[in-house]
Amino acid sequence: MSPSAVVPGELGSGAAPSRWSFRDKILLSTGPFTHEMFEPSEEAVAALGEMQILVIGAGGLGCEILKNLALSGFKKIHVIDMDTIDVSNLNRQFLFRHSDVGKSKAEVAAKFVEKRVKGVSITPHNCRIQDKDEDFYLQFNSIICGLDSIEARRWINATLVNMVDEEQLQEGISDSLKPLIDGGTEGFKGQSRVILPTMTSCIECQLDMHAPRAAVPLCTLATIPRQPEHCIEWAHIIAWDQEKPFPDVDNKLDNDDPEHITWLYQKALARAQEFNISGVTYSMTQGVVKNIIPAIASTNAIIAASCCNEAFKLATTSNPSLGDGENNYMMYSGNEGIYTYTFKHEQKEDCPVCGQKAKDLTVDPEWTLQEFIESLAGRADAQLKKPSVRTAEGKSLYMQSPESLELKTRPNLEKKLRDLVENGHELAVTDPAFATVSFRFAIHYR
Amino acid sequence: MLKIWSMKQKQQQAANADAAATGIKKKKVTAAQLRVQKDVSELSLPSTMKTEFPDEDDLLNFTLTIEPDEGMYKGGRFHFKFEISQDFPHQAPKVKCTQKIYHPNIDLEGNVCLNILREDWKPVLNLQSVMIGLQFLFLEPNASDPLNKDAAEDLRSNREGFKRNVRSAMGGGAVKSQSFDRVLKS
Repeated sequence: MSPSAVVPGELGSGAAPSRWSFRDKILLSTGPFTHEMFEPSEEAVAALGEMQILVIGAGGLGCEILKNLALSGFKKIHVIDMDTIDVSNLNRQFLFRHSDVGKSKAEVAAKFVEKRVKGVSITPHNCRIQDKDEDFYLQFNSIICGLDSIEARRWINATLVNMVDEEQLQEGISDSLKPLIDGGTEGFKGQSRVILPTMTSCIECQLDMHAPRAAVPLCTLATIPRQPEHCIEWAHIIAWDQEKPFPDVDNKLDNDDPEHITWLYQKALARAQEFNISGVTYSMTQGVVKNIIPAIASTNAIIAASCCNEAFKLATTSNPSLGDGENNYMMYSGNEGIYTYTFKHEQKEDCPVCGQKAKDLTVDPEWTLQEFIESLAGRADAQLKKPSVRTAEGKSLYMQSPESLELKTRPNLEKKLRDLVENGHELAVTDPAFATVSFRFAIHYR
Repeated sequence: MLKIWSMKQKQQQAANADAAATGIKKKKVTAAQLRVQKDVSELSLPSTMKTEFPDEDDLLNFTLTIEPDEGMYKGGRFHFKFEISQDFPHQAPKVKCTQKIYHPNIDLEGNVCLNILREDWKPVLNLQSVMIGLQFLFLEPNASDPLNKDAAEDLRSNREGFKRNVRSAMGGGAVKSQSFDRVLKS
């Protein structure tokens, strides 16, 4: 927004019409790139304010995303983050002040943006994403992630893919389909991507796009360390287990316990001196042990801006967005000059999350597990010869191999299905005949 | 799909909320679990290797027993503990030898230096490849990736002496005043 559009003194007052005048030009008129379904109108403006949007993560990306959404006219925003504010966040997580250290990120961020941009409501959730159920995620129109954890990304991705109701989709009701916009940064590099669960390539399909953590061979750490980081990793992986310095806590390393980090730091320092290596510091020890990814504020700003623009375009259809056409992935690299590339990441047919939706299977609860397994062999869409079956709760019902598991699970073959699986629950079936595909069945009793 | 954003969405939301309320809450198979189930059920191990699952419902924690039928470690029985995280297969499984053994690539705590467990791990690799890799360490101990420096030095400088050390360590004896666990089958 150009600074001239904002009347000094009225900053933050939602009443000032000038705040939104340029954005409204987009929503009140068509342009050469507007989507055919887009109808410029006051309703389009109002609808944007009615969109419910969820932001996952209130850290480096999350702060930027919340600010951008509020300043683009989203008015019903939720934010979820389980973390509290650390003093080291303050350099770039600009919604937090020194007096906020120790408080919930979600709560402080929500309060700050609500105060700063009048008329926007931000509901904080100070918990893990896994603590919320499908009903919670169903209330949103779309979800933006600013996360540093792959595990959390995989979880929300699998949850959203599973929520898609194919029957409703076929009737033209697409409310169970929640577009997922995912941002990520590391140093000068980043990506933003849009996932339309079940329709386009998902985070699990794209798992190999995450660079694995660079690791040094264990024997290098043990014998010829060359860098300060090697000494820290040695203290972390080898010395800690060897010397078991904290028997009172079962020698379980707590990354946030200063005593533990200090122990590692001193071990690493001594080893570094032994090998004439300089540079081991307390904060480097913390960084290596916690695998802290270097965060650059401006990379976060670039990626968050891209995510929020895609959210705006998806919400309004005012312009073509990532994900609704050919492309779904934008990579950005500032490492060597500047380079961006936007492309289509193809959906994987054998993706364990989106490649196989759970198939509904109506069965007789009086069947034994043996009869059920035999019935799978006869199904035209499965034809499983040697299926191994586990429940979604992680109970092994029958494993064909290895031998030790087969022996332990064999007694289940005699049991009745109704005693093993609850109505409506899911089973995961794998079969060596299908090297790359797993099957999921939702069991419904006759 | 752009219908999601049509102005009718309010009614649809109501319909959807009803559907959600009557739907059954079901727990979902996580991607890591599915992948491990696949890896485990597709294991095709030679007779020299066996897995043991203390809890048949927990596929993420188990032990592997290797009984090499050739090479310097023939006649031994070696146990490895596998720990798989929810980040699998993005992250490699954690593997440790639970016995104190004399081996150039395994230290006295049971840490293993195997490239595909650390720097060369890739999600396309599976549990089978890790197990085959572990067995290979017993067939071809490798002096250039030392985790037990003394053992590596012995292997490099005096192969026959190293073989004798392996035999005595496997029998529960000591090598250079360091005692080892007895790991012989009989």
